[in-house]
Amino acid sequence: MSDISRGKSGGVSRRSVLKAGAASGLVLATPTIFSSKAHAAGFRNDPGAAKSVTFGFNVPQTGAYADEGADELRAYKLAVKHINGEGDGGMLNTMKPLSLKGNGVLGKKVEYVTGDTQTKSDAARASAKRMIEKDGALMITGGSSSGVAVAVQGLCQEMGTIFMAGLTHSNDTTGKDKKRYGFRHFFNAYMSGAALGPVLEKEYGKERRAYHLTADYTWGWTQEESIKNTTEALGWQTVNTVRTPVGAGDFSQYITPVLNSGADVLILNHYGKDMINSLTQAVQFGLRDKQVNGKQFEIVVPLFSRLMAQGAGPNIKGILGTTNWNWSLTDAGSQAFVKSFGAEYGFPPSMAAHTCYVQALLYANACEMAGTFNPIPVIKALEGFKFDGMGNGATEYRASDHQCFKSVLVVRGNENPTSQFDLLDVVQEVPRSQVEYDPAIFGGELGPYEVAM
Amino acid sequence: MSIQSTRKDLLIMAVFTLAVLTMPIWLDPIGAAYPDLLQKFAIFGIFAIGFNILFGLTGYLSFGHAVFLGVGSYSAVWSFKLLTMNVIPAVIAGTLIAGVFAVVIGFLCLRRSGIYFSILTLAFAQMSYNMAYSVLTPITNGETGLQLTQNDPRIFDAAAETTGLPITELFGMKLSGYPGFYFCAVLLIISFFISLRIFRSPFGLKLRAIKSNQVRMNYTGFNTRPYLLAAFVISGMYAGLAGSLMAVTDPLAGAERMQWTASGEVVLMTILGGVGTLIGPLLGAGLIKYFENIFSSYNEQVLHEIFSFLPDLFENIMVFVVNPFVGEGWHLTLGALFMVIVIFLPGGIMEGWTRLIGLFTKDRSKPDNNTPASAKAQTSEG
Repeated sequence: MSDISRGKSGGVSRRSVLKAGAASGLVLATPTIFSSKAHAAGFRNDPGAAKSVTFGFNVPQTGAYADEGADELRAYKLAVKHINGEGDGGMLNTMKPLSLKGNGVLGKKVEYVTGDTQTKSDAARASAKRMIEKDGALMITGGSSSGVAVAVQGLCQEMGTIFMAGLTHSNDTTGKDKKRYGFRHFFNAYMSGAALGPVLEKEYGKERRAYHLTADYTWGWTQEESIKNTTEALGWQTVNTVRTPVGAGDFSQYITPVLNSGADVLILNHYGKDMINSLTQAVQFGLRDKQVNGKQFEIVVPLFSRLMAQGAGPNIKGILGTTNWNWSLTDAGSQAFVKSFGAEYGFPPSMAAHTCYVQALLYANACEMAGTFNPIPVIKALEGFKFDGMGNGATEYRASDHQCFKSVLVVRGNENPTSQFDLLDVVQEVPRSQVEYDPAIFGGELGPYEVAM
Repeated sequence: MSIQSTRKDLLIMAVFTLAVLTMPIWLDPIGAAYPDLLQKFAIFGIFAIGFNILFGLTGYLSFGHAVFLGVGSYSAVWSFKLLTMNVIPAVIAGTLIAGVFAVVIGFLCLRRSGIYFSILTLAFAQMSYNMAYSVLTPITNGETGLQLTQNDPRIFDAAAETTGLPITELFGMKLSGYPGFYFCAVLLIISFFISLRIFRSPFGLKLRAIKSNQVRMNYTGFNTRPYLLAAFVISGMYAGLAGSLMAVTDPLAGAERMQWTASGEVVLMTILGGVGTLIGPLLGAGLIKYFENIFSSYNEQVLHEIFSFLPDLFENIMVFVVNPFVGEGWHLTLGALFMVIVIFLPGGIMEGWTRLIGLFTKDRSKPDNNTPASAKAQTSEG
């Protein structure tokens, strides 16, 4: 059986075979070791004299948040078009101050790579790493879950690559887990609570008993905490807070106990398909037709989106919540965006699409302002950047925690929708001053500008 | 036999070592030579090799091996948090604690065989997953995943000198990027060597005997349970090692590593590559990770570039036809490939390879094939 191999290697000792193997392995591997070090000179993925730069769009394409991910990707493609000077320019026509010239970024055409986060931290980090290490992405953006955003943001800090968070609503993203290389345009749970509080007081009064059902991860926890703090400050009591697994599908075992708990408000800290399922089931169980403590039973969904409203159908009628943006806004920026998005895809954008589109534009604009792709000057350009004309009125990227501050919308499920997209009524546009907070309350450290590579 | 086969094993090891260490070079043309994916090849290679010791040799199909992967990761991250950023304690902790879990789960599950064994392991895996997800949140940090923070104790490390999160290191050498890959690669080579020794040993022979007819072995008065348990624990420790390496290259552990899909993945890897062969599981692991990372990244833009040599009309047709199979549709391609392999090549890629070799070397008769696994393995590497 080994006649042949013996014949060939008869004169060679084992030791020399092993030695030769190890030695040649080392020799062959050397060039890559050196070439990987060579990149460390300037900053990671320096485009140098290349004609194009690459952005990495990391969105959920499968899983509970896939609808949001698909809409985010549409928005990113549109943003790339506009930055490169194709199409009608969208918000480039309304953004102030604007450094972009519609010829790409710093004269380089923008290209992009995509990845699937699967709404799992592992998969999201693997996909982000691939885009940074293999495809040379200068910036990573996207995501529809705070768990993923926190994980990818941590990775980007290590890698020295800027992360422009997509849809993430947890206080932690720019609170205890904030990072120097991470930026968030979207609002957070604290702002939802602060905006919602006065409206809840006006609509439902000061004596209510609330029951929370909460998605069991960073976003759910912080939203529950923020809403609880707000409502208890109004004088409400909190009957119970129950954590439910993400993607549970069937919430009946969690909703049944609500019926006999003496609570008269159900607060659903759920998002995406989870919210659609829990809300639908709560309505099916007859919660909204009940009278408890002499009051009408109410349901509140603190984080609302048009995509979810579409999924939940007529069940959302009259339900209060908050949202970052809605396509029905009439300012010039929103209208420009809705118009070019509609022309491209045939339907209005979701708030996930809006925040992602704005993030891509803001990053490109900051590079143009800084005059380089080097992340350190770009971060400094974004920190404290004040802008307008992007759909939320005057907005500021606060330097101390990389959180955008702008007005927040309190919305209600539309009782008489005029179209399949006309699902949310804006009850009130809560000004920035009412939702602002001291960054110190959440702790956390931004970390250094310089990262070891 | 013994001298010849030892020599042949050395040759296998030499070729294997060379092939693993030069992966950054020969994987470059297919776009897979970047640190993160190379690390994954090595890590899942270890996982699949370990799984193969149980499934390939004894025929016991465990559907819950991801538990040990997850336990390894959590142990390693806790070692980074509590002890030191040096990876040695983390790797040892991950492997040993996974071993302890394997003893417990194996002791209970190995009372049954066949489908009952598979279901039991699956049940344990789901239990562990759900516990990590909800009840054990203080230890696992639930769905957010266990992460390092700046104010972890790390009792063996000197006071933090820099701001920012610490990076895993091996006596001062930072283990991210290529150094991380070489660290995993060295452990892969060691793991492969151990697996090779097990395949060749009397112990391995007993495991094979269990696979071919356990009842007969029992009737001859041979107690198979300790051998099964040993195989189960070894393979669990391999998974723990792989899990701890995942934490070494990326200090984060999430409960989704324990999900049944992760357990299913390693079964796919092993079957795709070739059950019971030495090299097969490694190839299967590489193939699946390649699909997951590269195929899933193809989007329309990339496809248009690939087919840009065609006239416009054909280019669009090709893009239209291929698009559903790449990007988010990579599972579809993988599924189709898996079906083709299971139907036409039940022995996996390794069977395809030996058949291919057989076509070219028909004139050479090789009747003395008493260790088919080794013969297959050798030909694959030549």
